[in-house]
Amino acid sequence: MTATPLLEVRGINKSFGPVQVLRDVDFAIYPGEVTALVGDNGAGKSTLVKCIGGIHPIDSGEYHFEGTPVSVHSPRDASGLGVEIVYQDLALCDNLDIVQNMFLGRERRNGLVLDEVTMEQLATETLAGLSVRTVKSVRQLVASLSGGQRQTVAIAKAVLWNSKVVILDEPTAALGVAQTAQVLELVRRLADTGHAVVLISHNMNDVFAVSDRIAALYLGRMAAQVKASDVTYAQIVELITAGRSGDLGLTPAVADITNGAQS
Amino acid sequence: MTRPSVADIEPVGPAGQRGRLARLARTNVVWTLGVLVGLAAVFAALRPEAFAGPFNIRTIFINAAIPVVLAVGMTFVIITGGIDLSVGSVLVFSGVVAAKVMAANGAADADWTVIALGSVAGVAAGTGWGLVNGLLVTKGRIPPLIATLGTLGMALGLAQVATDGSDLGAPRRLTDVVGNHLIARQLPVLALVAAAVAVVFGWLLAATRFGRHTYAVGSNPEAARRVGIRVDRHLIRVYALSGLLAGVAGVLNLAKFSSTTIASHTEDNLSAIAGAVLGGTSLFGGSGTIAGTVVGVLIPVVVNDGLIILGVQQFWLFVAVGAVLVVAVFFDQLRRRLRDRD
Ligand SMILES: Nc1ncnc2c1ncn2[C@@H]1O[C@H](COP(=O)(O)OP(=O)(O)OP(=O)(O)O)[C@@H](O)[C@H]1O
Ligand SMILES: [Mg+2]
Repeated sequence: MTATPLLEVRGINKSFGPVQVLRDVDFAIYPGEVTALVGDNGAGKSTLVKCIGGIHPIDSGEYHFEGTPVSVHSPRDASGLGVEIVYQDLALCDNLDIVQNMFLGRERRNGLVLDEVTMEQLATETLAGLSVRTVKSVRQLVASLSGGQRQTVAIAKAVLWNSKVVILDEPTAALGVAQTAQVLELVRRLADTGHAVVLISHNMNDVFAVSDRIAALYLGRMAAQVKASDVTYAQIVELITAGRSGDLGLTPAVADITNGAQS
Repeated sequence: MTRPSVADIEPVGPAGQRGRLARLARTNVVWTLGVLVGLAAVFAALRPEAFAGPFNIRTIFINAAIPVVLAVGMTFVIITGGIDLSVGSVLVFSGVVAAKVMAANGAADADWTVIALGSVAGVAAGTGWGLVNGLLVTKGRIPPLIATLGTLGMALGLAQVATDGSDLGAPRRLTDVVGNHLIARQLPVLALVAAAVAVVFGWLLAATRFGRHTYAVGSNPEAARRVGIRVDRHLIRVYALSGLLAGVAGVLNLAKFSSTTIASHTEDNLSAIAGAVLGGTSLFGGSGTIAGTVVGVLIPVVVNDGLIILGVQQFWLFVAVGAVLVVAVFFDQLRRRLRDRD
């Protein structure tokens, strides 16, 4: 399990105007594993993910992919590397159907004309490959789908591109019990098929159910990144709420500075 | 691939085709077409010889030609969630530019080279106004309603400044061959040009990446941005397209009436918006079709024609179009509210 990380960022800093949201953050993602990214509201999880996805330019820090330094300035750069993100708000087009959403921005064409047949086929295969059984027709408008189905479509969209890294920002936040189970199953399956998966969640049950590693952000700093089997539920909660737990996490001095910077 | 769930997903092929049919039925086009046919049937029953004769049918298509060209551009803009109030003024402005070029090089006797040059100049002028609209909306962050209301005033004012308020005519060749000509004594050239515009831009909207991105930008601009679509650039192109078609309409208008007066173009924006909306384009963006728009434009044209034949005062048409527009939008937003609830 001590593989080299597929994607790694080191010493990332990110400010929005005067507000520094990420401080010196290190984060590594491994193939075939689910890495949970946890932290309180406003800790910077979504911001970190958007930096990795090229939505936000980073102020400073390094970005390594497959061991080599790369620069990612736009969503296109990230998807070029095989990094796909399913955002917290999903960002699907209600007026378009499942196929149209899955291929949006990367439509297949025959000359000038959209190749609907191929796209429909690939979308169907991708959903089938993920054992998605809840979607009746791939030509359904996204507006007509349930929360879980939308999540499924967003995930399928992310894996359609032979992606290597799939990052999911709170994919189960709005879902009921059954749909949550389905999505978590899907998350696990992604890792089992070799993807490096990042799961952001506030639900510790979900986190421990599917993840191999857990990374805890505390007020914009990476408190710890540990193997899930090495820590307890309580330790993670402490890392989230206080930035440290026993000898895990930020040193008391850093934790104090971090607190000070926030107040 | 061999997982049991494959069977649960609708296969491609015949079933995919059924999906397409279902989608067609879901659009309002079929429904609107029914209304158009129904209206035509009523008028035809009341005045068979006057309404259903070849002369009147031709008149209907000639009268619909220029509104169709404007409404096609309007449909693209409305699908992006915007609006273009300036089309009528841009039509007049483009007509003035085209007429000026033609007047300076032979006037009524201008040859085809001059007519072509003038037409290109007119269309370019329209496209220019469209670009201005697009830049105001995207870079200037001015709401489309205000931006295009501003260019409506500016284009109209400048057209009048350029002509000193006087009316310019068109070369004879243009009016004879484009404006009033019937191919094989039956097919009006104006209507054929409009049909060609509808087919080409209908294809652009339905079958190309440009069209798909137009829907996406209107449906969820943030989603479009996230997948790498350059939303601002796309919007500028869509407004430019609307301006370009208003320019084409300007040249057609010059050919038809040999005139550059504003009269009868003050409600062009209303009729273009009404055509698009009656045809099922949502003012909230994200949905609409060119086929629907063509039917939506034909409805008021047919009603107008029928009212004239029946001898009813024409001004009622404006009342009817205005009312129908409001009702159509009311139902559209009702439908959305119901949809968003579940
Ligand atoms: N575009 C932005 N401009 C300014 N501030 C921002 C922006 N995006 C995020 N922030 C700020 O950055 C901080 C971290 O936000 P972020 O969304 O990354 O938190 P999060 O860990 O994802 O929280 P949650 O669990 O609530 O989703 C917050 O204080 C937020 O207000
Ligand atoms: Mg978040």
